Amino acid sequence: MSSRDWPLFEVFIRSRNGLSHKHVGSLHAADAGMALENARDVYTRRAEGVSIWVVPSTQIVASDPGEKDAFFEPTADKIYRHPTFYDIPDDVKNI
Amino acid sequence: MYTQGLDVKPGDKAIPLESGTSEAEQGFQGRIDRDDRIEPKDWMPEGYRKTLIRQISQHAHSEVVGMLPEGNWITRAPSLRRKAVLLAKVQDEAGHGLYLYSAAETLGVSRAELVEQLLSGKAKYSSIFNYPTTTWADIGAIGWLVDGAAIMNQIPLCRCSYGPYARAMIRICKEESFHQRQGYEIMLALSRGSDAQKAMAQDALDRWWWPSLMMFGPSDKDSPHSAQSMRWGIKRISNDDLRQKFVDVTVPQAEYLGLKMPDPDLAWNEARGHYDFGAIDWEELKQVISGNGPCNKSRMKARRDAHAEGAWVREAALAHAEKRRARALKKAG
Repeated sequence: MSSRDWPLFEVFIRSRNGLSHKHVGSLHAADAGMALENARDVYTRRAEGVSIWVVPSTQIVASDPGEKDAFFEPTADKIYRHPTFYDIPDDVKNI
Repeated sequence: MYTQGLDVKPGDKAIPLESGTSEAEQGFQGRIDRDDRIEPKDWMPEGYRKTLIRQISQHAHSEVVGMLPEGNWITRAPSLRRKAVLLAKVQDEAGHGLYLYSAAETLGVSRAELVEQLLSGKAKYSSIFNYPTTTWADIGAIGWLVDGAAIMNQIPLCRCSYGPYARAMIRICKEESFHQRQGYEIMLALSRGSDAQKAMAQDALDRWWWPSLMMFGPSDKDSPHSAQSMRWGIKRISNDDLRQKFVDVTVPQAEYLGLKMPDPDLAWNEARGHYDFGAIDWEELKQVISGNGPCNKSRMKARRDAHAEGAWVREAALAHAEKRRARALKKAG
């Protein structure tokens, strides 16, 4: 009995054209072709998708949640990037 | 469903009630209290990780073993429609097992370890799947009662504090509703049928009712992990509350079928606004959990055989993939 797992793939599904692919979960498969077929069987049994991406999980590079505050700090104090930062009199229309 | 929290041996104090005193532990509890979700790479107490691995994998094993009692009737379903439906349902159970194994793996345990824990008997699965499916009506009773109990148990898990588990549960809950409805439809057809069919439906209800109530796990006062799981946002509603809710919604459904609940103590309690029901035979649950149910041995044998007989397929697929990769590399080079 082999205890070696098949490689892990992350599965992304586009539910319909016009929308982005969205992460739905992961699965094991011997290769990418099998991962696509397994993803179809595991994650789209009720027509949840029109397109599937599978990516080897080892290829995902992720930000570190422990560094979240420092990593996203540059955006926190720039509220002037939002339209609501600016005071425009109510009398001015279409802006 | 399927997480009765009974895989605790006497004296198992591995997971004491803790909120911790360190900054990390208090920060973690703060996030839980704010109803924030925990994601795989976030810091978490070891007890939280262990509890989740145990619960999610027990849940996954239950989905997988749960295919066996129903699989028993695929070749003998009474019509092509019933057969197609049952096949789709059993496929869903496989899918649910896979969503859950994936969620458990995000906690740092490998699939091989999880499977090994099931096959060695170290990990448990729900007691309910150790009962036999002796007639077609059992397929109806399972969908109606067992999946009904599962839904009751699983809906609160969609708000579980651990993100990957909660997301898997949302997918599962969407799919379970079909399972319960197809079961009730089978019971409806039988209970509106001949006397023999009606008797078959009643017999199935008689045999599945009490084991279904046991699915919610031990009574709150005997549930060793509940308090901690509640504090961690893994569990939202207590075993006894869920069980009561299940009884309350199911009794009228049985009445509609014209079937009689196998419980002489069952009665509406106006003051409580709930049904009172008879005492559960906890000794039976204990026996089934410890391996002495009617089908424990055959279920485990079926899983072990399937795993052993599939070994060459898993290895061949990997060898084939490696050969093709090597060939592609050679061609490119």
